[in-house]
Amino acid sequence: MWDGIFTGLTTAVAPFNIMMVVVGCFCGTFIGMLPGLGPISAVALMIPITYGLDPSSGIILMAGVYYGAVFGGSTSSILINAPGCSSTVVTAFDGYPMAQQGQAGKALALAAYCSFTGGTIGALILLVAAPALATVSLSFQSSDYFALMVLGLSAVAAFSGKGQVLKALLMTIFGLMIATIGTDVIYGIPRFTFGNLDLIDGISFLLLAMATFALAEVVMTVLKGEHKEDDVPMDMSSLGSMKLSKEEVKHVAPTAGRSSLFGFLVGVLPGAGATIAAFLAYGVERNLAPRAIKDKFGKGALRGLAAPEAANNAASTGSFVPLLTLGIPGSGTTAIMLGALIAYGIQPGPRLFVDNPEVFWSVIISMYFGNIVLLILNLPLIPYISRLLIIPRPILIPLILFFSITGVYLVSFNSFDIELMVLITVVAIFLRLLSFPMAPMLLGFILGGMMETNLSRALIISDGSLAFLWERPLTALIMSIAIIALLLPIFGRYIGLKRFSADSLVVADKGEG
Amino acid sequence: MLKKLISKQTALAAALVVATSFGATSAQAADSVHFLIPGGAGGGWDGTARGTGEALTKSGLLDSASYENMSGGGGGKAIAHLIETSDQAHGTLMVNSTPIVIRSLSGVFPQNFRDLTPIAATIGDYAAFVVPTASEYQSFADIVADYQADPRSIAVAGGSSRGGMDHLVAAMAFKAAGGDPTQVKYVAYDAGGKAMAGMLSGETHVLSTGFSEAIAMMNAGEVRILAITSDERSPAAPNVPTLQELGYDASFVNWRGFFGAPSLSDAEAAEYQKLLADMYSTDAWQEVRDRNGWTEIFRPGPEFMTFLEGQEQVIGDLMRELGFL
Repeated sequence: MWDGIFTGLTTAVAPFNIMMVVVGCFCGTFIGMLPGLGPISAVALMIPITYGLDPSSGIILMAGVYYGAVFGGSTSSILINAPGCSSTVVTAFDGYPMAQQGQAGKALALAAYCSFTGGTIGALILLVAAPALATVSLSFQSSDYFALMVLGLSAVAAFSGKGQVLKALLMTIFGLMIATIGTDVIYGIPRFTFGNLDLIDGISFLLLAMATFALAEVVMTVLKGEHKEDDVPMDMSSLGSMKLSKEEVKHVAPTAGRSSLFGFLVGVLPGAGATIAAFLAYGVERNLAPRAIKDKFGKGALRGLAAPEAANNAASTGSFVPLLTLGIPGSGTTAIMLGALIAYGIQPGPRLFVDNPEVFWSVIISMYFGNIVLLILNLPLIPYISRLLIIPRPILIPLILFFSITGVYLVSFNSFDIELMVLITVVAIFLRLLSFPMAPMLLGFILGGMMETNLSRALIISDGSLAFLWERPLTALIMSIAIIALLLPIFGRYIGLKRFSADSLVVADKGEG
Repeated sequence: MLKKLISKQTALAAALVVATSFGATSAQAADSVHFLIPGGAGGGWDGTARGTGEALTKSGLLDSASYENMSGGGGGKAIAHLIETSDQAHGTLMVNSTPIVIRSLSGVFPQNFRDLTPIAATIGDYAAFVVPTASEYQSFADIVADYQADPRSIAVAGGSSRGGMDHLVAAMAFKAAGGDPTQVKYVAYDAGGKAMAGMLSGETHVLSTGFSEAIAMMNAGEVRILAITSDERSPAAPNVPTLQELGYDASFVNWRGFFGAPSLSDAEAAEYQKLLADMYSTDAWQEVRDRNGWTEIFRPGPEFMTFLEGQEQVIGDLMRELGFL
């Protein structure tokens, strides 16, 4: 194995391959920053270029574009509440409030550091344990995925502010309902399509996220515009310092570490992915956080930004485990990369690191370089990128509209999606005016679909018996954690009553930053 | 049927050689073809259309090719579009595959292949039955034996929904083996790769999938292919027996091919068929074909229509028996 790693290292440090890492990271970051254009579009764009390269360079380039896009996607989530790609939707939950509070610079820097941490920790684990991790990829069965999605849904509490529990629950159910639109994966029966051909394929997560966040945000800005004409531009132009204080670093570091590990593990599972990893990590951090910090989630909490950013980058690195060691793509992006590898005549699988060590190890080692490149590339750019916010509204708003709509259209090439986006935006604006939170709906939507199909599969396999919930140890373990996560806050509140006065002081202190 | 096809294919190949050998000087490059792709970027349809277009333009048979992705309605949106704009779309070729037959039957969209002008099937992929390397099943006959004893003891994974291609192929095989096809315990996954992961995790026993996907995993040493649905063994995996050889009279090919607008004249259709026929002998095509691991099955015009009708009959009967229609 050390021979292989050494071959990989010499391949990875070849000047041309280093250049590929830089080019890949740069293109990826740029494409990722454009709202709606994510890693799938970015990697697909690179395919014609990679035909002319040798396999190692080609796959290094594509990997660079992939994690570069996940890295860059956070920028537009933070600055304009328009997620750069699906996996950075969660980044907007706390990143955008930070930018609104004049801390855009700090938010971008924190996102960059956490992305770096996630990517680097991911690359290191890959280097040490990639071949062994194949077993982890295959350890999850449908019932385990179902339990994991239940655990994810238990995080809904994380998305409900004070006195908003009912509204958050309603929106979660709304999301679960929207997830059922389209052809059912198991039975192939169209549901709630009302005979409309365009609804047969269901509604895409990206479309829903762009409509409820990017478009709704833009329209809200226009609606509010007249009242805030004076103070808004001033508020936005103060980008704040990029520096994180020592206490802040100490406060965020454990979150970044935990979320990196957690995100990596979720990424290794072929049935999950970076987007789900970000949602889960956010929920877990919220549940773990002390009460005072818990209440800040969704209003610009540092940890709320750090968790998804570390997790999505670690997960996109983790998704290379099933791709390289099993030849099984866990996402659309890795499916495209698998196609490219096979086109090179390289068969990913358990023998890849034996048969093609230069490809296997050089990709992994290049990820380590890639994350350093991304950090160097992104940090100095932050002051310039965040200037985006000073672009006058009449120019910025049409630009956001243009990129958001184009981004969604370029995935499906179906003009119906644009009409649907507008419709969802209108509904989202009404819901926002009634102060219904949007995040729980996205949570319900993305987890709901997977939860349902995995439960159906598990039930078909067990011939309709629910016994797998307690008979399969892994399922039972995850379900227990989910139940504890749900019950703990209730007991916590009961026990914490005595300390209530102290807590409320802290909340009042840190409350509306 | 099998022998007829083979002889036709060889005859056709011979004709091709003649056509190209003296057609080389007189071959006229067509102007341009607009490829209509009923799905998004990166899928199987997309790759087929773009690969074909690349081979045609690089070999000089075609001046230029343009591509349009139009997803929606499981491919129904593009079909409706081609029919609606038929008179302006004589320069358009739409790529499609076996699901157009299945989805027409199950009523996903109201049109079927008769509403279009079938040009030719160009490439195909057979189906295969796959088990993990560590599985106790050494032959498809072992699975059939267990299936006949208790159909619910065999969980079959597949990358399409119930009533979709992978399910129908499994039902077809078990039926040919004398089992009750309605009893297949079919577990649907969102895609072939996820179905493979599901089988390798041990929750299902056997996977029904495309042969080209399976062969890659077999070469990686992870799975064993128990049977292929072709009529003859594949040169890519000469050790894998066909269902026919095992004594189960079932065969299946997932074709990919092209359709023109409904108002296309016979002469225009023949031009497209000649264009595609000429493509096979070019270096550019061979490069694209090998890069993607495609198997050539050229079935132009009337032969394509007969094949489609035959497939519709077989699949339709099976779907009726399974209660999907």
